[in-house]
Amino acid sequence: MKLTFLARSENEVFARNVAAAFALPLNPTLSELSDVKTAVSEAVTNCIVHAYPDGTDAEHWVTLECSTEDNRLHIVVTDSGKGIEDIARALTPFYTSCPGEERSGMGFTIMQTFMNEFHVTSEPGHGTRVEMTKCFGGTAEAYAR
Amino acid sequence: MHIQSLRRGDELVLYLEGELDEHSVVTLRTKADALIDENAGLSRAVFNLAGVRFMDSTGIGFLMGRYKKLSRYGIKMALEAPNQGADKILLMSGIYSLVPKI
Repeated sequence: MKLTFLARSENEVFARNVAAAFALPLNPTLSELSDVKTAVSEAVTNCIVHAYPDGTDAEHWVTLECSTEDNRLHIVVTDSGKGIEDIARALTPFYTSCPGEERSGMGFTIMQTFMNEFHVTSEPGHGTRVEMTKCFGGTAEAYAR
Repeated sequence: MHIQSLRRGDELVLYLEGELDEHSVVTLRTKADALIDENAGLSRAVFNLAGVRFMDSTGIGFLMGRYKKLSRYGIKMALEAPNQGADKILLMSGIYSLVPKI
């Protein structure tokens, strides 16, 4: 599944619910589904707030891709925005590049914690790609090993 | 995102309802701050999260922002009735060390 939508905050609820609907055939628990929705919401928020900081006037796009493999859900969120100069710093819990805006700096930490696999790549000036995998069915520990 | 308030003795309970994210937080912040300003003499503000069906880290930023605002008034803050998903994020954030869950 591949979905492209405008980088506007009103599309966040749509994006996370699409990912959750796509995951339903894998019979996730409510808790697992909540984790997926939250992680997608964080990734999409980053695109809207950080990748395209010039706001909603321009037509900026976010792409959400979902695929399944056995009991695993793979999610890729991509933007073509300004990119991340220092990924290590961006991944630091509670770090935010917008300290005056009531931001918690927990977005990447939540994605890493709620999903079984997480990987972010970015090229300044060209965009960011977040890849995440969620393993359903109570086998997360076995999967982690 | 809806917010309703109710006086409970010497405290104000703010009932949040809906999905708390980057989009909904804008109007929620305005409404919550207006309610706080109208009730600046109270001893405690309790945010009831039972109606919050979804919350991402935007919710942490929102709650910390209200904590700072209430602190300037000398009003304590507490949280109650988060669902499992919200509680998971709240625990992870460490906010309960500043804003207790009652």
